[in-house]
Amino acid sequence: METAIIIESLPKFLDGTIVTLEITVLSVILGFILSVPLSIMRVSKNPFIKTPVFCFNFYFRGTPLLVQIFLIYYGSGQFQSFLTDVGLWHFFREAYFCAVLSLTLNTAAYTSEIFRGGIEGVPVGEIEAARACGMSGPLLYRRIIMPAALRIAWPAYTNEVVFLLQASSLVSIITLMDITGVARVVSARSFAFYELFLTAAGIYLVLVYGLIFVFKRVEKRITAHLNPNLLIS
Amino acid sequence: MFTLQGYGPLLLKGAKLTIIVGAGAMIIAILLGLAAALCKLSRFKVAAMLAEVYTTVIRGIPELVLILLVYYGAPTLIQDFAAFMGKEVYVEIKPMAAGILTIGFIYGAFATEVFRGAFLAVPKGQIEAAHACGMGPILTFRRILLPQMWRFAIPGLGNVWMVLIKATALVSVIQLPELMRNTDLAARNIHKPFTCYFAASLLYLAITILSLVFQQWAEKKANRGVRRES
Repeated sequence: METAIIIESLPKFLDGTIVTLEITVLSVILGFILSVPLSIMRVSKNPFIKTPVFCFNFYFRGTPLLVQIFLIYYGSGQFQSFLTDVGLWHFFREAYFCAVLSLTLNTAAYTSEIFRGGIEGVPVGEIEAARACGMSGPLLYRRIIMPAALRIAWPAYTNEVVFLLQASSLVSIITLMDITGVARVVSARSFAFYELFLTAAGIYLVLVYGLIFVFKRVEKRITAHLNPNLLIS
Repeated sequence: MFTLQGYGPLLLKGAKLTIIVGAGAMIIAILLGLAAALCKLSRFKVAAMLAEVYTTVIRGIPELVLILLVYYGAPTLIQDFAAFMGKEVYVEIKPMAAGILTIGFIYGAFATEVFRGAFLAVPKGQIEAAHACGMGPILTFRRILLPQMWRFAIPGLGNVWMVLIKATALVSVIQLPELMRNTDLAARNIHKPFTCYFAASLLYLAITILSLVFQQWAEKKANRGVRRES
């Protein structure tokens, strides 16, 4: 066991942790922003609105994330001249941009299916009451349906964010130096394979269970009105 | 544009290996999951705790890190340990074995939760009735619990399989010639990365669709003796 190498590479691991967190947080926020309209379109009765979202979700949930990352990062090279013409090649050349884009699209697909379940789980009586009060369309969604759906979907959403944090390790394959990337590069140089991968595993464990702790706290807060014990105290 | 220039068979060959790796890993995951679920439900505190640690730790670490840990880390760990004991050994794990074992080991943790729920879903009265008929714990498990819990386990196992088969794409990083790796080769040779990876994604999608159909069939079959509540 080469503890010296672990200690020596800790600053690098810290940088890697920042990259992992950055990519995860960016994709979670962008994915959330995308998935709210997607989930509303997904529950639409109009097949021309519903079907494209269904196909998008089916494709991104039915294929491995690694394929999606390669499709965007390497695949964009096939359209280099076109992308240069529209001025987007600058972005697709960057591994960082491709990583965030593919993780965002992937999580948007999963999250919008989770939110769809939440929207369908909102009690019909609440929607009827809102309509009786004169709310409709965007106001109904903003005030009644989405807040209730988010509460229902929160535990499943927690899982999705945890998966995304772990899935962000794949960006090391397209040369980004996240936690996994640091472990791979340093171990290839020093041959201290298990020491470094165990260190990486330890960091991920802390991040994952820290994240779960925070999300559980939020869950308690947003469902406080449903918890009889809290009402008494 | 959408021609694979003769690399189609290579992709199909990769898809075959993907399914083999997936099936092998699934078998390991089911066996591990059954064992760990029984440990979690057993009266022996130590066994229950070990199973708890297994599921907690595995579910907190990315698959990719675990695959790299087993493929690169395990041989050096064994060598270091042997050197510590004063012996010189050379260990190498084949990519195929590392892939199947690691993915099976990871998804065993997810299968554990599925089986635990399924065992708990079998009505308690059935077990009491079995005891009343004079069956011991092993006989009760074999004759009453095991046949009945599959009905509750199939939807969850189906989900585990869907995630597992997609996770096999990760073993391409340890040079196993499965679908992803072969697609990589094809993309490099014909300089059409988008076409190749898109074709690969459609193959994965086909596997997913077939799995969905199979799962529906299996659920129907497992529920054939159950009275529908209406």
